[in-house]
Amino acid sequence: MARFMEWIDERFPATKVWEEHLAKYYTPKNFNFWYYFGSLLLLVMVLQIVTGIVLTMHYKPDASLAFASVEYIMRDVPGGWFIRYLHSVGASMMFLAVYLHMFRAMLYGSYKGPRELIWILGVIIYIALMAEAFFGYLLPWGNMSYWGAQVIISLFGAIPVVGEGLAEWIRGDFVVSDATLNRFFAFHVILLPLLLALLVYLHIVALHKTGSNNPDGVEIKKQKDDKGVPLDGIPFHPYYTVKDIFGAAVFMAIYLAIVFFAPELSGWFLEKDNFEPANILLTPPDIVPLWYLTPYYSILRAVTFEWLPGGAKLWGVMAMGLAIVLIFFLPWLDRSKVKSIRYRGWMYKTMLMLFAVTFVMLGYLGTKNPGHIDFFWFKNVVWAQIGLVIYFAFFLLMPIYTRLDRTKPEPDRLTG
Amino acid sequence: MKNLIKIAVLSLLPVLAMASGGGDEGLDPVNINLADKASLQRGAKTFVNYCLSCHSAAYMRYERMGTDLGINEQLLRENLMLATEKPGDTMTITMPGDGAKKWFGVVPPDLSLTARSKGPNWIYTYLRSFYWDKSSPTGWNNVLFPNVAMPHVLYRLQGYREAEFEGAAGGLRHFAGYVEKTPGQMSNEEYDAAMRDLTNFMVYLAEPAKLVRYKIGVWVMIFMGVLVFLTYATKKEYWRDVH
Repeated sequence: MARFMEWIDERFPATKVWEEHLAKYYTPKNFNFWYYFGSLLLLVMVLQIVTGIVLTMHYKPDASLAFASVEYIMRDVPGGWFIRYLHSVGASMMFLAVYLHMFRAMLYGSYKGPRELIWILGVIIYIALMAEAFFGYLLPWGNMSYWGAQVIISLFGAIPVVGEGLAEWIRGDFVVSDATLNRFFAFHVILLPLLLALLVYLHIVALHKTGSNNPDGVEIKKQKDDKGVPLDGIPFHPYYTVKDIFGAAVFMAIYLAIVFFAPELSGWFLEKDNFEPANILLTPPDIVPLWYLTPYYSILRAVTFEWLPGGAKLWGVMAMGLAIVLIFFLPWLDRSKVKSIRYRGWMYKTMLMLFAVTFVMLGYLGTKNPGHIDFFWFKNVVWAQIGLVIYFAFFLLMPIYTRLDRTKPEPDRLTG
Repeated sequence: MKNLIKIAVLSLLPVLAMASGGGDEGLDPVNINLADKASLQRGAKTFVNYCLSCHSAAYMRYERMGTDLGINEQLLRENLMLATEKPGDTMTITMPGDGAKKWFGVVPPDLSLTARSKGPNWIYTYLRSFYWDKSSPTGWNNVLFPNVAMPHVLYRLQGYREAEFEGAAGGLRHFAGYVEKTPGQMSNEEYDAAMRDLTNFMVYLAEPAKLVRYKIGVWVMIFMGVLVFLTYATKKEYWRDVH
């Protein structure tokens, strides 16, 4: 075995990679609940790829066959329903983990220097994931698939001059059609998975260069023993491999509980209207994307001011775009001296909590009719406008409140 | 810090609570029980005899239905299938689409997935909301789905009844109740029970895997419980020397 590894190592840095990235990759010893989601995302991604490959064996990317082929998978392919639910629920589980993973970074300032590139790569992954989910959602060719794609693509039409042509170019037709379905299939099964695999690889390479942040937000590499091992670091393997396996078991238990007992999750993971085939003559009463895209959908619909030059739709699309672009700038908007929320003052704590609640509220409102009243006092659209203001205030006022905030001194070592 | 996590988690709870709703206001709740094989069989009989002449269930195969509902091939062939059909065939109809369009104004929708797109409560309420209306082309109308193209196919079972509305003619009218005219073969209770069976069958029809999903799910959960325990114990053991 030793001679075999020697033979390999002369030709491929197997032992070196193993040690640098697992056995001698030192990780802070105080990771808490929030630190499970990175490895869980990797797990779900692998599952999505595997279930996706199996689904393509029976799925037909053809407007006249797609809907029936999904039902064929659900009924006639042995175990097909299980694979299909794993994949459809998996998409939602992935976003759940992504949102918690991103919130973790905001809790502990993981995006702050020297980890800005990890954050930026992460945001690109997040956007690629939204695209992946959007393309995939058209494939069952249900009525909500169809109209959801119709609405989202038509947003490009709001861009002055080139908009309509651009939307047509994306669709490959004047309306969402067989041509659209075929290209979305290509994007969903080849383009974005390849891109995501590359981005995830880069995300992890960048992470392993700087090392992980931790709930205290202090650098463990500043305090090393005489062998150069961080005093508060433990090797990733076996400590965090066994811990992450435990996390994966808990996560899979929840995931599988949904798959077996509530794969539609009352319309949150699979929408009712999508059990009717795509019908160009029948618009669903409320066209709503799935929950993970609704915060931005809410922002889009919150801009209702037709007096704006170019019309409300254009500004809605720009607001939605800006809402995503601002996330990239977080490392530079945050002027605080400390990273972790443990040592920040009341201002950031308040703003972050307000932001989290607002994001969830916007997501909920995105699934509701803007003209109805589902919360107290105001119509949903008014709540969405309030949410929009808070969303942007969180980012745009950040340089001010993070500088004014009275922070506590950071410790030298991890506190647990 | 612990409090922050609590706040974050609690802020998600109302969303989950609201998610469990689902737009069923104004519908009569129906008791669905897929373990009730006799109910599913009665529902299948009603479905095949009354619905399957105009509506298809094109994603469902007779053979699968027979196996799942415990109906053997002979009974299946004699009672639920036409002479020309094979057990492996899907439940399609012979009525041509363009003919249907001429006769009813619309092509009757495929019913394979209606229980998933409309929900069981909707189906149950719809089937119990027909009334005699001379002004309608078919002579029938529906309180839940006004001016629906479908006539009351089950009128022999339910009988004739009319609906009363409150409010000025031409203005907004509210449904005020039914007036029984001619009784059908079934009493009201019997008809409701038959419609419950039919709805129950349509829930099965929309997702045959539901019959096994819960059963397998229980075993999967037990397995996952053991796995969570074992992985936790392993983690605990490995982490003994970390302080």
